[in-house]
This record gives sequence, C-alpha cells and structure tokens, in this order.
Amino acid sequence: MKPQAFDYARPDSADEAVALLTEAGEDARILAGGQSLMAVLNLRLAQPSVLIDISRVPDLDYVRTTGKHLAIGAAATQGSVEWRATLAQEVPLLAQAFPHISHFQIRNRGTVCGSIAHADPSAELPLALLALGGEVVLRSRRGRRTVAAEDFFQGMLMTARAPDELVEEARYPLAQQGVRYAFDEFAGRHGDFAICAVAAVVGPDSIRLAVGGVSDRPRLRTWPRLIGNSGVDLDAAINDFAWELGAKDDHHASAKFRRQLVRHLGRAAIDKALS
Amino acid sequence: MKTYRKDDVVRIELVLNGQQRSGTCEPRTLLSDFLRHELGATGTHVGCEHGVCGACTVNIGGVAGRSCMTLAVQAEGCSVETVEGLNRGQQDLSDLQQAFRRNHALQCGFCTAGILMSCTDYLRRNPDPSEDEVREMLSGHLCRCTGYTNIVRAVLETAAERLGRPHAGWAHPDAPGHAGTGPDEQGRLVNA
Repeated sequence: MKPQAFDYARPDSADEAVALLTEAGEDARILAGGQSLMAVLNLRLAQPSVLIDISRVPDLDYVRTTGKHLAIGAAATQGSVEWRATLAQEVPLLAQAFPHISHFQIRNRGTVCGSIAHADPSAELPLALLALGGEVVLRSRRGRRTVAAEDFFQGMLMTARAPDELVEEARYPLAQQGVRYAFDEFAGRHGDFAICAVAAVVGPDSIRLAVGGVSDRPRLRTWPRLIGNSGVDLDAAINDFAWELGAKDDHHASAKFRRQLVRHLGRAAIDKALS
Repeated sequence: MKTYRKDDVVRIELVLNGQQRSGTCEPRTLLSDFLRHELGATGTHVGCEHGVCGACTVNIGGVAGRSCMTLAVQAEGCSVETVEGLNRGQQDLSDLQQAFRRNHALQCGFCTAGILMSCTDYLRRNPDPSEDEVREMLSGHLCRCTGYTNIVRAVLETAAERLGRPHAGWAHPDAPGHAGTGPDEQGRLVNA
C-alpha cells in the first residue's frame, strides 16, 4: 500500500511542466490533486518513473468566465469551483452534480481537469462536460489544441490526449436563457462510483441526455424538443438509448438493472428540467 | 522548480499546528507516514490508504484532505493542521471535541481524528449547516461504532453553540455555560 519509488518534479510554470512532460516521455504522469492517481499508485496499479506535480503552478490555478465558458485551469480544485458563490447561475448543471462527486474531503484537493484526464466512465465531471457540449484545451510543446468533449472521451480511461500533452483547461459552457438543466445519479452509497448517472439539458428546440457509469465512456443523445410533447415517444427513445449503451453485468449491478436506471433516471431528469 | 531523484533523502520543512517542523523522507513518502513516523504526530490515523475511509484526514493549507493521498513533498512549506492542534492555546478540549464527548460521538476513536479535522474545515465554510449537509460531508468518513447519528448531533450542536442558538446539549453538565451561567437575555451563552 505504498507507491513504488519515482522521481518528482514540481515546476513553477505551465511552460516548465509541458517541457518536463516532453522530456520524460510516456512513463511520466501529471500529479495535480492526486485523488485518483495517488490511490492508483498506493495500490501499485501504475508505476510511473516520474511525477510532475502541477498542483502549485500559479498560471494553471484559475477559474474564470470567458464570454461563453467557465474556464477551469489544470491546478484548480473541484472545491474551488464548487464553493464559487455564482456557480448555480453560471453552470447550474455543475452545481447540481457536485454533491454526487465523491466526498467533500476529496473535492477539496481533487482537480476538475484531473477527473477529465482520468476519464473514469462513471465520473460526473466528464459527464457534465459532454452534456453541455464543453471543450478540453490540450497543451504541449508543439502548441495548443481544443478538443470537443464528444471527441475527447474515447473509452475506459482513454482520451484523445497524446502522451506529451497536458490537459490545460476545461471549458464548461455557461447557462443559456431558456435552457434547463438536471443531474441525478444512483450509487451504492453516497459518494461511491455511479452505477448510473444522468445529465439532462432541455432547450427550446432540443433535449440532450447524457449517461455515465453504464458504457465505457459518458454517452450523449440529442432529440428534437417535439418528442417531449408525446411521453410515449420519449420513453421509447430513452429505451433505445439504454439498449445502445451496451451495459454489462458486473459485481455492482446487472446490465438489466442499469438499463432500467437509464430509463427511470433519464426520464425523471428530463421531466425535472422540463418542469 | 524543485526536482528530487527517487532515491534522494529529502528534507521537508512545514508548519505543523503552528510550529515550524522538519524531517526527512523519500519523494514517495505519504504525508500520513511523514507525520506519524518522522514528526511523531500519531494523532492522525491511517486506515485504508486509498482515500476511502477518511481516518487520515488533516487540514493542508486550510482545507481538509486525505494525508494518505498526498505526498509529504507536496506539503513542503505548507501549513498542516492535525488533531493535536485542535485545542491549541486552551486548557480544555475545543468546543467541537467537547460536543463529541457530550454526545458519545465516538467509541473506539480510530476514525475520530479525521472526522474532527473535516468538521473543523466544514463548519468554518458553512457555519449553519442542515442535517443533510452534515451527512453529505460525513459520507467521506467510515465509522463502524456509532452509526453516525451521535456524530451528526455533535456537529449540529457545535454549530448551534457557535451561533448562540439553544440546543439540547445545554442541559448536559459538561456543556459550556451550564455551570450556573446559562444563556443571557439575548439567548447567547455567556462563556461560550
């Protein structure tokens, strides 16, 4: 239950961090809040040769609104976003999701970008990013690129990030007028990994439903708003979505139970957003 | 930039409960082990070592976090608060600790140090929490003795006491303000 030995570097700037990441190669890991990585290291599920600790890099520690987005830097903790007084007006879906994300003590040190880079299929922050149509900014020595959430998450703990790239910023779209948001999840105990988590975004023309914890990554479906006028059609569409997710049996829940959760929680979240 | 090789013996300085302390460790040493083995601060307990049980929770730079999921080198130069510092500068236990004692909010006590550190940070940020909010905060801790009910009661009582609001603990002989003083005409505790 102790990590294997590694070299440790604590850069003072994002430039230094990115340079270190290029030099160290594929065997290096970025350490930010450590709330996923340290558990993995303690259990020796990973044995990186170098840890690059960005938790104290000042130019990565920011949370700010930039026109259309809430931009969250790589060193900003989940707590610093959660306790933001204006969050419920800025990104209401995130405000609803935070109480489901692990625990107060974990959110205090865990980072938003860390959760996105880790890409656990049951994690709430990637799910909310996908539901809202957010973006991820990747930075390497070669430059910066912006990737849509839909393209970023590619599978179980798999993302579009190249080994020399740092997840520099997550961009959550700000609340839009006439759009309603709802988040809910089912887990074995409060703060446990979600067996099924849902995020609904209902606008004047469309209904978006994103589901986490069922497939190998968060998944999104968009339907025209018309469908909401007929409850039967919407239920059928959610049922199709539930089957398309390819749920599997595991020791937490059966595939059948997961599909039922998608149908039940998905419909309830959409209804809550519509009401 | 700070860099350490994996087999370096690193000297770490930090402020533990207001005192400048230093000790040596490896880059891979966990903060929990550094506090206990190197600085002798054994009030912090270690349970699961992967962030689930909450026993090792300390305050790092003012916020509650798992010391088993933090490297000692990450706490270099930081202020770290542990259970040993809770009643710093006073003879008695802190008000939170007294509320735990009054309410029988611990039995074996293994989880208590971590819970106290979480509550200390949480009540600072949310001085008037609801029961649901307290339970949400406590979901980050495992206690196998109490069933949590008495812990929730102790936390809510501490919040009420700090806000000068009446609470059931006033009747208890250990309660501050009990020994003949009681609440003043505004309902505030005289010596709370």
